Amino acid sequence: MELLIRSTFVDNMIFAYFLGMCSYLAVSKKVNTALGLGLAVVFVLTLTVPLNWLINEYVLRPGALSWISPDFATVDLSFLTFIVFIAVISGFVQLIEMVIERFSPALYAALGIFLPLIAVNCSILGASLFMIGRSYDFGNSIIFGFGSGLGWLLAIVALAAIREKMKYSNVPAPLRGLGITFILVGLMSLGFLGFMGMKI
Amino acid sequence: MSTQTAEVVKTEKSEPLFSKKNKKLLTDPLDSNNPITVQVLGICSALAVTVQVKPAIFMALGVTFVTTFSNLFISLLRNTIPSRIRIIVQLSIVATWVIVVDQFLKAFAYDVSKQLSVFVGLIITNCIIMGRLEAFAMGNKPFPSILDGIGNGLGYGIILVVVSVVRELFGSGSILGFKLFEATGIPFQGNGLMMLPAGACIVLGIYIWIQRSINGYAEE
Repeated sequence: MELLIRSTFVDNMIFAYFLGMCSYLAVSKKVNTALGLGLAVVFVLTLTVPLNWLINEYVLRPGALSWISPDFATVDLSFLTFIVFIAVISGFVQLIEMVIERFSPALYAALGIFLPLIAVNCSILGASLFMIGRSYDFGNSIIFGFGSGLGWLLAIVALAAIREKMKYSNVPAPLRGLGITFILVGLMSLGFLGFMGMKI
Repeated sequence: MSTQTAEVVKTEKSEPLFSKKNKKLLTDPLDSNNPITVQVLGICSALAVTVQVKPAIFMALGVTFVTTFSNLFISLLRNTIPSRIRIIVQLSIVATWVIVVDQFLKAFAYDVSKQLSVFVGLIITNCIIMGRLEAFAMGNKPFPSILDGIGNGLGYGIILVVVSVVRELFGSGSILGFKLFEATGIPFQGNGLMMLPAGACIVLGIYIWIQRSINGYAEE
């Protein structure tokens, strides 16, 4: 529970690490589309982080292959981490896309265009790498994946809502669009700093 | 991910190696078509690694290296990649080069590699690289693709260095670890805001503002 709150608010993917900024800025013009992408991110993060945990634990970690035979105890495949993780993520995203298309056309219509975008969303790969760096166990990795996704969803919906309001403000012309969005994100991130050091 | 369509550059056989068009490929991304401030690609790492100048420079070099070589390889393979699985093919080529960079940093610049932590790995999902592969390397010959890769890597690097100079100077009062304010005797209290993620966003926002005022470019 503590980890859930920490990964959602304190270590928010966007405001503390800037992961997934590209799609964050590109898809935050409307609340509806932001919500769609946010839900897709939560979904993919919750599933890929534990999946990558299993792969890391049983294949990639130094000495991980010893469950096959003790001869492999010295094998260290951790230099393959990046390529395996990204392959898992992009393969998984395509798999999910096919499954959703087959079983729930309505959800596919809602998420459809966002799913391919997720493969290159840094927050997904970033969460998997953080999960290794902080040596979570399996249960924690599920919570961490879900919490990070939730934090991302929260951040993108909040920014989209602010940007919808911004349309009625008189912003200096060269600052319009990207410039003011950056400053907004900076201010929001300042707000989220308030969660830092919070104990539950 | 970039959604722009492939910009095909026609290169004729008799064209000199550094023709005007090719030079433009190299210089355009530095300013008027900058990957960060104009194409809005690869922002995650631009904000995260710019607390100090040194990691920012290493990051810029790493990204330039990866864009150049993955552009080259995708451009060589462009006619043989089936379009349905192109994203996985692109990602695995990029990941290969990122592993090279990561292992190199770990071997020769261990402290920098520690400081950059996951962000070296995240070069894989840096949208600049995927964006350039999709938009340029898939439709162009190897040589222009290399130039495009170098140009975009450097365009990214410029922003990184500018933002990190501002942040390090006003955040901790130093440049490349050299205490500028102490050395010149100016009393200076470090501004904690600049060290925070929020500072990076605001500095970048202002950079974009200035650049767009000069170039006269406005959205909508």
